[in-house]
Amino acid sequence: MPYLGSEDVVKELKKALCNPHIQADRLRYRSVIQRVIRMSKLDQWGQAEVLNFLLRYQPRSEEELFDILNLLDSFLKSSSPGVVMGATKLFLILAKKFPHVQTDVLMQVKGPLLAACSSESRELCFAALCHVRQILHSLPGHFSSHYKKFFCSYSEPHYIKLQKVEVLCELVNDENVQQVLEELRGYCTDVSADFAQAAILAIGGIARTYTDQCMQILTELLGLRQEHITTVVVQTFRDLAWLCPQCTEAVCQALPGCEENIQDSEGKQALIWLLGVHGTRIPNAPYVLEDFIENVKSETFPAVKMELLTAVLRLFLSRPAECQDMLGRLLHYCIEEEKDMAVRDRGLFYYRLLLAGISEAKQILCSPKSDPSLRLLEDQAERPVNSWALDFNTLVPVYGKARWATIAKCQGVEHHGPELPNTAAFPTSGSLIPEENKERVQELPDSGALMLIPNHQLTAECFEKTWLSLKVAHQQVFPWQGAVHPDTLQMALQVVNIQTIAMSRAGTQPWKAYLTAQDDTGCLFLTELLLEPANLQMQISVKQSEARTETLKSFISVLETVIGTIGDIKS
Amino acid sequence: MISQFFILSSKGDPLIYKDFRGDSGGRDVAELFYRKLTGLPGDESPVGMHHDDRHFIHIRHSGLYLVATTSENISPFSLLALLSRLGTLLGDYCGSPGEATISRNVALVYELLDEALDYGYVQPPSTEGVRNFIQAEAVVSKPFSLFDLSSVGLFGAETQQSKVAPSSAASRQVLSSRSDQSQKNEVFLDVVERLSVLIASNGSLLKVDVQGEIRLKSFLPSGSEMRIGFSEEFCVGKSELRGYGPGIRVDEVAFHSSVFLDEFESHRILRLQPPQGELTVMRYQLSDDLPSPLPFRLFPSVQWDRGSGRLQVYLKLRCDLPPKSQALNVRLHLPLPRGVVSLSQELSSPEQKAELGEGAFRWDLPRVQGGSQLSGLFQMDVPGLPGPPGQGPSASAPLGLGPASLSFELPRHTCSGLQVSFLRLTFRPCGKANPHKWVRHLSHSDAYVIRI
Repeated sequence: MPYLGSEDVVKELKKALCNPHIQADRLRYRSVIQRVIRMSKLDQWGQAEVLNFLLRYQPRSEEELFDILNLLDSFLKSSSPGVVMGATKLFLILAKKFPHVQTDVLMQVKGPLLAACSSESRELCFAALCHVRQILHSLPGHFSSHYKKFFCSYSEPHYIKLQKVEVLCELVNDENVQQVLEELRGYCTDVSADFAQAAILAIGGIARTYTDQCMQILTELLGLRQEHITTVVVQTFRDLAWLCPQCTEAVCQALPGCEENIQDSEGKQALIWLLGVHGTRIPNAPYVLEDFIENVKSETFPAVKMELLTAVLRLFLSRPAECQDMLGRLLHYCIEEEKDMAVRDRGLFYYRLLLAGISEAKQILCSPKSDPSLRLLEDQAERPVNSWALDFNTLVPVYGKARWATIAKCQGVEHHGPELPNTAAFPTSGSLIPEENKERVQELPDSGALMLIPNHQLTAECFEKTWLSLKVAHQQVFPWQGAVHPDTLQMALQVVNIQTIAMSRAGTQPWKAYLTAQDDTGCLFLTELLLEPANLQMQISVKQSEARTETLKSFISVLETVIGTIGDIKS
Repeated sequence: MISQFFILSSKGDPLIYKDFRGDSGGRDVAELFYRKLTGLPGDESPVGMHHDDRHFIHIRHSGLYLVATTSENISPFSLLALLSRLGTLLGDYCGSPGEATISRNVALVYELLDEALDYGYVQPPSTEGVRNFIQAEAVVSKPFSLFDLSSVGLFGAETQQSKVAPSSAASRQVLSSRSDQSQKNEVFLDVVERLSVLIASNGSLLKVDVQGEIRLKSFLPSGSEMRIGFSEEFCVGKSELRGYGPGIRVDEVAFHSSVFLDEFESHRILRLQPPQGELTVMRYQLSDDLPSPLPFRLFPSVQWDRGSGRLQVYLKLRCDLPPKSQALNVRLHLPLPRGVVSLSQELSSPEQKAELGEGAFRWDLPRVQGGSQLSGLFQMDVPGLPGPPGQGPSASAPLGLGPASLSFELPRHTCSGLQVSFLRLTFRPCGKANPHKWVRHLSHSDAYVIRI
C-alpha cells in the first residue's frame, strides 16, 4: 500500500475510492476528496500519489472545479519535480474545457521545467527535455525567450544533445532565429558526425520558414568539402526542393561540385534525384549523371541504381540530345547485365514505356505533382493540449510517440492501462486475474478490429429503404467551423472505406450528406451528416442494421477521426 | 509501482538484486538490462528502455547503475527522484557509495531496501526514521586518517593550520553504530555553484548561467533547530531592490519543503530542523547578469600553414579573479583536428603540463592566481588536413580545432556573490558541548566553453 502520511488519510482515501456506496453518493464522495486534498503532512511521495489518485475524480460543477484547483495551487510550487509535474497533469486534465486555465498552468510550470533541464542529473534533464518538446507541440512560442538554456554543452551525452537540437529547431521565432542559427551552425562542424548531421537536419527544418538564412548556411557548409556534412546537406536540399519550391533556384546553384564528396547511398540518391527533377536548371547535370553511369557496374547499392534510372529518363525527356546516348547505355546494362531483379524490372519497364512513345512517357513521368505544401500544413498543425494531456508526466514523452506506439502494440492485451481501477492499485500476477477481467481480455481483440470492406456498393433506393426502416442508433454533435469541401471529405472517407451515397454541393444550406459502410460480418452502417446554416456544429446520425454496440463504437470513432482531421486542416 | 530494483557496477556485474513483485518470469533481468544498455543504438536514450512488457529506468550514481523496472506507465520524474533518494540513502548509511562499499555492506543494503520500498511502493524514507529498523552495521573501509588529504571533497573544509577538519566527511557515514553515541557534533554547510559559460569566437559572451545549491550535512541529533542567514541585500528576481547598492541578486530560488520561510521575507533568514544526513536546503539560479567579471578569458590565435601542414596555436589565458583569490586544478581541453602528429610546447611557467591524447590536448595548471596571465605556444604537424580552401598560411581555424573547454574550481568564491552570513543553532536537545559548524563556499565550472 503506498504510504500516504498517516492512517487517517489512508482510511479516507480507501473510503473515497474503493467503496461503491460512497462513490454513488456524490456529496459524500466530494467531501471525502476535499478532506484528502487539505492534508498537510504529506511528503513528496505521498503528494505525488494523491495527485495520481485524483486524476480519477470528476468534479461536478465549474465552481467545484475551481475550488479544487485553488486548493492544489500550492503543489505547483513544490520543490520536487515529481509533485510539480503531477499537479500540472491534474490541472491540464481537470481543466480540459478551459484552455486559458491550461495555458496559465503551462506558464507556471515553465520555471520548474527549465530548472530541471539544467539539473545536474542527466536523466532528469532528459525527461524534462522530452516534456518541453511535448509542450512545444501545442504552444510553439512558449520557450522562445529561453532559447539559451537549450544550447548544447560539450560534455553532455549524445542523447541529450539530440533532444536539445530538436527543441531549438521547434522554438525558433523571428527574434531568436539569428542566434539559434549561429549556434546550430557551430554544431554542424562538430567532431561527432552524428551530432553534426542532426544539426544540419535541424537547420533544414528551420529552412521551411526562414529559407534565405538557412540556404546561406547550408551552401557555406558545402564549401567545407567534408563527406559526412555534404551528404546530409544534399539530402536536406532534396527535402527542401520538394517542400519549398522557392528554394529550388538557390539549391540548383549550390549543387555543382558536390558529387566529388559523396560516397554513401543516401547522399547519392538525393543528388541523383535533384539532378533528374531539376536538371533543366543545372547546366552540367547530364555530365554528372554520365559519371554515375560509367561507374554503374561497380555501384553497390541497388537503390542508387533505381534512382539513377528514373533520373536519367526524366532528364532525357527534357534534354534529349545530351542524354540519349547514355540512357541507351544504361538501359542496356540494366536489362542485359544487372543481377538485381528490381533494377532490371525497372529498366525493362522504362524501355517498354519509351517504345510506347515519348508523349506517353512524358505523361507518366512528368505529370503535375500533388501540392506538397498541403501535407506540410497538416504536419505543422498545432495539436491541442487535450490530445497529449493524459500522456504528460508518464513514460510516453520519454520514449517518444513513435516508439510508444510500437511498444503498445507489442504489449498486446495482457496489460491493462490504468483505466481498470482494480488493477491499478493492486496489480496481480497473471494467474490471479479475477474472472470479469479475463472476459474483458477476450473481448478487446474483437472490438479493436473493425474491418470495413472496400468497394461496398449500395444503390440509392436500397439505401433509402434501409434508412427508413431502421431507428437511429447513435446521434452526436461535432464542432465545426466554416464551409465544407465535399470533395476533400469524400476522398477522406473513401480512404477508410466509407462510401458516399449523396452529398450536397459546397455552399448549399443546410448541407447534408449520406454515407454507407459495411463491415466484414455484413453489418451495415448508414450515416447522415447535417450542417445547419447558423450552427457551428455538424450533426451525425448513425443507423446500424444489426445491434452491436462494440462495432458501433469503433465505427463512430473512425468517423470522428476523419471528420476531425478535415475540420483541423481547414481551421 | 516498481517491480525489481537492482544495482550494477560500471562493468555490469550485479551487486544487489531485489525483486518486489515476483513477476520477472524467471528471466535474469539484470543481465537483460546490461545487454540492452550496451547494445543500444546511438540515437536512442538509455534513460528509459523497454523490453518484453517491462520498462527499465536507471540513473548513474557514483559510477554505479541504479536500475528500477516497472510494467506500468508511471511518472518518470517521481521514479528518477526515487532512484536518487535511494542512492543518497545508501550513501548516508554506508559512507561513500561505490562498488567496494556496496559489496562490503550487502546485508545492510538489503535491509535498507526493505524499509524504503514495500512491495514496490515508496515508504517514508527519511534517513533518521529508518534507522530504528536497521540491524546491520556498516563496514567502513578504514578509519579516516588525518593524513589522508587526497582531494577536497564536499562537506569538508580545507586543511589550514589551526583547523584540521577531515575533508573525508563526505565519505563518513552519517549514522554510525548505535553504541557510538559520542559521535562528533558537527554540521557542514556548503554553498556550491556551477558555472556554465559560452563565449563566441569573437569574444562576445553568448551565455552565462549559474546554478547554485546550498547543501547541509548534519551529524547533529534531530530536533536541533538552526538558522541560516544571508546578507540583507539578497534580492530575488530582476525587479527587487533592497538596500542601497546593487546587492546580491539571483533570478529564482527554491527551498526544501522542510524549511520555514517566515523570516525570509524580512530578514533573509532560513529556519529549519534538519534530520540527520544530507539535505539540499536551497537551490538558486542566475543567468546573464553576473556581478563579477568572468573568472577566465582566453585569447587564442591560430596560424595554420596549409602547405606544410604546420599548425600553431598560441593561447593566452587571463584570470580575472580578485588578486587574493586563486583557481585550482585548472584544465584546458582543446580538441584537435584529425591526424595530429606531434606537439611541441612552450609554457610560461614550469608547473604546468600539456599532454596530447585522444584527439585533443590537455593543458593542466594546478594553481592560477587572480589577475595573472598565462600563455602557452603549441605547435603541431597536421599533414593533409582539409578545410576552407586557400593558399598559404591563414589565420582561420581548421576544421576540428574544437571549442576550448575549461574546468576549474574556485574555492572560497561564489560567482553570484551570495554568502552565508551566519549559521546559528538555536536549540539543541542534548545540550552538549558546542558543535562544530563548517561553512564553505565553492564554485566550479560546469561547462565553460570558449570557441576558437
